[in-house]
Amino acid sequence: MSLDLPGFADPVTGAQSCFRAVLEAMSRPGLVLEAGAGLTPPAPLDPATGAVLLTLIDADTALHIDPAGEAARDWIVFHTTPRDAAQAEADFTLALSLPKLASLPAGTDDEPQLGATVILQVAGFGTGALFELAGPGLATPRRLRIAGLPDDFAAQWAANHGLFPRGVDLILCAGTQLAALPRSLRISHVMEG
Amino acid sequence: MNGYNFAYLDEQTKRMIRRSLLKAVAIPGHQIPFGSREMPLPYGWGTGGIQVTAAVLGADDTLKVIDQGADDTTNAVSIRRFFARTAGVATTTHTAEATIIQTRHRIPEEPLREDQIIVYQVPQPEPLSKLEPSRAETKRMHGLSEYGLMHVKLYEDITRYGHVSISYDYPVMVNGRYLMAPSPIPAFDNPKMDMMPALQLFGAGREKRLYAVPPYTKVASLDFDDHPFRTTRAPQVCGLCGSGVSYLDEVVTDDKGGRLFVCSDTDYCETRRAEGHAGTELAA
Repeated sequence: MSLDLPGFADPVTGAQSCFRAVLEAMSRPGLVLEAGAGLTPPAPLDPATGAVLLTLIDADTALHIDPAGEAARDWIVFHTTPRDAAQAEADFTLALSLPKLASLPAGTDDEPQLGATVILQVAGFGTGALFELAGPGLATPRRLRIAGLPDDFAAQWAANHGLFPRGVDLILCAGTQLAALPRSLRISHVMEG
Repeated sequence: MNGYNFAYLDEQTKRMIRRSLLKAVAIPGHQIPFGSREMPLPYGWGTGGIQVTAAVLGADDTLKVIDQGADDTTNAVSIRRFFARTAGVATTTHTAEATIIQTRHRIPEEPLREDQIIVYQVPQPEPLSKLEPSRAETKRMHGLSEYGLMHVKLYEDITRYGHVSISYDYPVMVNGRYLMAPSPIPAFDNPKMDMMPALQLFGAGREKRLYAVPPYTKVASLDFDDHPFRTTRAPQVCGLCGSGVSYLDEVVTDDKGGRLFVCSDTDYCETRRAEGHAGTELAA
């Protein structure tokens, strides 16, 4: 029963240190940072995924939970009390495989901040397809291997980036690591995994 | 610390600000509305900056607060003491030792690093506010990236005065997309924002807006090809440390026309004096 599992041992410092990791990751796209060490969220969530949820979600946010993450729903709802929402209306989507980016809210030209944030659990960093990232936050392009993204990810991302300033932002989590891909980023696919 | 949550704000407020900050970083230069709280000091004293700092600050951070470059003015001292009391964090006046620098109207002379965050206190986040009073209109103009009005203002300045007459809060384009108010820093500081290694966060408490410039992001001061942006500084050298490159404050010293020019960045000036540099005032 996933409800037995605790959240952060210390909610204040746990959320603060996880937020700083996410902020740093969003500011320096593709940088892989540690988050959620010591946290024991229920399967199928990794510690970093659980930590990001505990840090950003509360009663003021509409969260869509991917059916593959259903087993963790009780734990998420108990600790964060989100509003449940369909994917097309959710502020945040928790996903275990990449949803079609074009099906998510992208905000409006006047209020692009209403674009969704996807908390996406991937298989890992350092293995898998190789991507080259460029844009704000990067003095020079950075290369990152991500395992667990669909083959058409670069094409989906190009469409998402093309909407700028509208668009969706990704927080990628794997194990106790996370990285972020803000909509301002240009991504090119360099090599298969 | 007794009686307060860490860094004063409750956790739900911090989450709300944190979510807004992430979107602000993802959309460089775009103003994001947030539920600005009442703080135990009045609007205009840095409530926006304080709320952003409170949402970001951790127990292992070292905080520096400056007001017009100085660590020892009322605003800087009270905000530094506020966080020392409500968060128990270490504070410093040395730019190099700080992990978070909250600032009112200056960027330190010493270049900032990747492991630092600078938080600006912003009185008016809307760069178009003096040209178009309607918030609904300016929002639309940002949505359309329609900034002709600002170019006309600069053009009219040039035809009237021969140069752009904005000396502080000089408008910038961020990442080639959003017109942004850099807060009332002197135009002298604008070039420091361009491709800065540190993350830059901006908070406007009364206006309830926050925005951000990620590290290594293009920040261009608005200008024309035939009237390029130029920084200005008083032609003097600092009377205390002799610096000929820092931004200077003019201090009236008596009622007989006596004047002293000193660095506005007190830490920069003190560091230079400790290194043995001396201006004319000290040598005399």
